[in-house]
Amino acid sequence: MIEFLDGNEAIVKGAIDAGCEFFAGYPITPATPILLGMMQELPKVGGVAIQAEDEIASIGFCIGASMAGKKAMTATSGPGISLYSENIGLAIMGETPLVIVDVQRQGPATGSATKDGQGDIQFIRWGTSGGYPIIAISPTTVEECYTFTIYAFNLAEIFRTPTFLVSSKELSMTRQRVDWSKVEKPEVIGRKYLPENASEYKPYYFEKVDDVPLFSPFGGKHIVRYTTSTHDEYGNLLTNPEKIQIMMEHLDKKISEDKVKKFFPHAVKFDPQDGAEILVISYGITARSAIEAVELARERGAKVSNLIINLLWPVPESEIMKAIKGIRKIIFPEMNNGQYVLEIERIVDKSKVEIVRINQMDTTLINPKKILNEILKTS
Amino acid sequence: MVLVKNAVYMKEVELPFCPGCGHSQILPQLDKAMAKLNLDPQKTVLVTDIGCVGLSDQYFNVNAFHGLHGRSITYACGLKMANPELTVIVLMGDGGLGIGGAHFINAARRNIDITVIIFNNFNFGMTGGEHSVTTPFGGKTATTYLGNIEYPLDACSLVKAVNGGFAARTTVFDKNLSDLIAEAISFKGFSVVDVWEYCTAYYVPRNELNKEKMLKLLETYGFETGIVHKVERKEYIEAYKETYLNQPQKQLKQISLETEFENNLVKKTGIIIAGAAGQKVKSSATVFGSSAILSGLYATQKDDYPITIMTGHSVSEIILDKKEINYTGIDNPDYIIVIAPEGLAKVKKLIEKMDEGSTILIDEQLKQLLPETKAKIEVYPFKKSANAIDRFSITILSLATFLARTNLFPVDALRKAVSLTQKKGIAEINLKAIDAGVKLVEEFVSVK
Repeated sequence: MIEFLDGNEAIVKGAIDAGCEFFAGYPITPATPILLGMMQELPKVGGVAIQAEDEIASIGFCIGASMAGKKAMTATSGPGISLYSENIGLAIMGETPLVIVDVQRQGPATGSATKDGQGDIQFIRWGTSGGYPIIAISPTTVEECYTFTIYAFNLAEIFRTPTFLVSSKELSMTRQRVDWSKVEKPEVIGRKYLPENASEYKPYYFEKVDDVPLFSPFGGKHIVRYTTSTHDEYGNLLTNPEKIQIMMEHLDKKISEDKVKKFFPHAVKFDPQDGAEILVISYGITARSAIEAVELARERGAKVSNLIINLLWPVPESEIMKAIKGIRKIIFPEMNNGQYVLEIERIVDKSKVEIVRINQMDTTLINPKKILNEILKTS
Repeated sequence: MVLVKNAVYMKEVELPFCPGCGHSQILPQLDKAMAKLNLDPQKTVLVTDIGCVGLSDQYFNVNAFHGLHGRSITYACGLKMANPELTVIVLMGDGGLGIGGAHFINAARRNIDITVIIFNNFNFGMTGGEHSVTTPFGGKTATTYLGNIEYPLDACSLVKAVNGGFAARTTVFDKNLSDLIAEAISFKGFSVVDVWEYCTAYYVPRNELNKEKMLKLLETYGFETGIVHKVERKEYIEAYKETYLNQPQKQLKQISLETEFENNLVKKTGIIIAGAAGQKVKSSATVFGSSAILSGLYATQKDDYPITIMTGHSVSEIILDKKEINYTGIDNPDYIIVIAPEGLAKVKKLIEKMDEGSTILIDEQLKQLLPETKAKIEVYPFKKSANAIDRFSITILSLATFLARTNLFPVDALRKAVSLTQKKGIAEINLKAIDAGVKLVEEFVSVK
């Protein structure tokens, strides 16, 4: 099967194939086609899709539906993520499986409503009070929009956490040839349930601090308590500092690079070249400019390696460390004011590696030539 | 402290509320109402908002969902939509009604089968007695210390305004409160009970509120009591099931764009179609991209148009290549097809930068609007020719001209894509337009 599809259409297909049962959204360019697609496709498989009164209700509906046992997804763009903020916190606190698609556009505020940007990268990680982690994965092609949507559901369900699928306008709204025979369809993995015959349910019980509590849905065999407040294993308010510390460490530690990589084998795509001292690092739509730049540079005899990051959060630090062995210069193009490069600067020894930022905020794609010029400057 | 006794769903413990607080009176009435309806605890969810009332759910042996301030109705709706078997009861204060006003109105408007009980004590009890949307005019609170200068909200009227299912108002003194709550819960559709009560920590002492004064307030504002509004109309989830879940399943034919044609492409090629709203630029570009794929090529397409889609420019960018296309920007287009002045204005700067190796195919009426350019210019009567068939077919017609002229891949591939992907009526028109577009190359070529 060969089709001419855009990223948003692939995300809708991915959601349906992942077994999504509930969708709520609010129109916003460039994520609206996902809302329209889900309104079309979900009823056909017995699911519910609804246009909510605003973004706050969209994510609120999804949290309710997810806790009733449904696989849920919502989709928006930066201004919508702003409105999701408080409920992202709730979903973290309540350990709610939920897929959030962010089709980025140029911000801040209304920004350039129909133009591209990658300015939400740190926002999605730090966009709610408390600072506890989420998972975010970032496709670079229409095919990956499909495949990664399924992975996003798997991760959300396995880790009981909001999981972001990070797209952007140019990826979501550019059609591309898709040969389905070559597209990966991951195995679908659901959340872990408490056996129905279990006598008692402690909704937030974990044995090891980084364990994910077993799930039992509202309306199932057990009485369930869900809460926005700091809570004990029963979901009752906690005031004991020692216990609070354990609870917060649990939320922090249940998500880690190693744990996530077990269920998401595409944390990075590394294309090394022997003897290369230059490394281009990128993600999302910009990765496609990087691929082209690296190809052109190699054609001209330059030695350069290429690292594409698909797992944005948690940061795949060990993969990045592997990729920077022998590297003296890192080039990091981003369609923002320099955001994910902060993670690279945090990880690498800056006295040994020069880090060159290419930051473009004019709403257009970064031209491969810009990256190429930076590669050729050194070699 | 009030000790709960003879309860069915409530735990028989002391409640945490202040002495004289209305919450301690209302909750046992809720318990009674639930007992009257013999609710299954496993299928019952109390969704609590923020505020003192948010402490309530832990005193009931049913499911509990304690969420964010003002958002309780959204979680309740999500739970109910996901599992319509659930009885979902929202307990919120007048604070939650204010911050969650949009959710309240819309849940009522949709007539979704949840019940909202408003513990209305005219101020924010948990944070120090600040005024809320229901604080009476002149009422003294921490933030209206010289008297409230805002007018109180009538929640029941809101339900009425959107023709929601059921709205009732009463006070904590009502002997039949549990009956009213039970009626609200059993009502099939959205229901609300606005219960006026005491905040003995703040509102009562600051305003010397007593029963008589509270009843007087109802009168002053003309706020009706009892069942204020009740209408039988289809519940949201039932309507969704009927209209959307049971929709007739159309068998969509799966179309695969397998390679059927040869191509003569030699390099990555960027093509821009510069048109206007109403010229079917986007959909024709998709057909064109599909035809390139039928010819064994890789293709990308992106579109640009103003948010007011029925006016202004409509520009589509197509890239063709023999291998996977990574970068989807077009810095130096190889071809621009100009079919409307709006599109021309949008690509003017690009045209100025075009070099000798590039080509512009332009409608005869627009030629004089072209800026200085090094590109080769070919002029065709696209508009005139399209108007003889159907003016909407101008884009596909010009693309047929383009293909016949460049021979990047066969015009037959375009015909095939039209037949495969478009509805019969439209396909017939477009096939005629393709023939006309090809004919233009034979008849009208005029190279600068």
